[in-house]
Amino acid sequence: MSQITNEGLILACSAIGAGLAMIAGVGPGIGQGIAAGHGASAVGRNPGAKGDITSTMLLGQAVAETTGLYGLAIAFILLFANPLLGKL
Amino acid sequence: MENNVDFMIHGLVKFQLFGQELWITTTHVCVLIVMMALIGFAIAANYKIRHAKEVPDGFQNFIELIVESLDKMVNNIMGENAAKFRNYIGTIFMFILLSNISGLFGLRPPTADYGTTLSLGLITFGMIQYNNIKYNKGRAFTDLFKPLPFLFPINLIGEIATPISLSLRLFGNVLSGTVMMALIYGLLPIFLKIGFPAALHVYFDLFAGCIQTYVFCMLTMVFVSQKIPSEQN
Repeated sequence: MSQITNEGLILACSAIGAGLAMIAGVGPGIGQGIAAGHGASAVGRNPGAKGDITSTMLLGQAVAETTGLYGLAIAFILLFANPLLGKL
Repeated sequence: MENNVDFMIHGLVKFQLFGQELWITTTHVCVLIVMMALIGFAIAANYKIRHAKEVPDGFQNFIELIVESLDKMVNNIMGENAAKFRNYIGTIFMFILLSNISGLFGLRPPTADYGTTLSLGLITFGMIQYNNIKYNKGRAFTDLFKPLPFLFPINLIGEIATPISLSLRLFGNVLSGTVMMALIYGLLPIFLKIGFPAALHVYFDLFAGCIQTYVFCMLTMVFVSQKIPSEQN
């Protein structure tokens, strides 16, 4: 076990942290699915308003996606621009 | 990981300015290429419209289609205020769209650099606050204390979070597409690199790029028109 350097430990833990950060993808997935399902039922009820429903749905989905993208940004920072390595 | 996985921003030329070390990066070059393509298109369109025919043909039809659909999009959201914002939204729509799909042409998309998207977000932020102060006068500041005075910090954070979330959304989507494509190109064996990634390009570059362009322009219009009171009262 003594061969593990400080840098190696930080890199390994960063990789685990990046994986954990991507759990944030669960929330937007559920939210976008709910929005798309309600959009589909709204189109079924009122096919004439398909354009308005689609644009409203896309807007809501894009806003719901933001939290997932924050997680993605954290994962990218940990993997490719690790700030913790500079603290050694 | 192989060495041929490559999606980072590269510095090309280094120079000194006010004691700071600055780089001309691939982003600058790609932005310039996108801008030159747009300017060339604008000059061609301008020439074509000046010699417009009564019955439009190929290229003139295309220009009229673009202008009409962009105008319709702005009119749907902004209503009576649309006339002032058509030019800006049309410009930014075409710029972001061409930037997002420039990954198809072998460039690194300029919107996959946080500097580009943050400046787009800050322009939106400036437009929101300018229209807020122009139309609401003093109420622009008293609205921050609106429901209860001690909610002021939360309202302030809400205002400041707007450009950050706008820019991070565009940046994250385009960057994730770029990284996925680079990983796929790096990991595929050589005989699968031809043809197969085209389907993924359609999703990551075309579909996600178009959706995010639409969403950025849509949110800009929604945020700006929220600050403009309707004319009815």
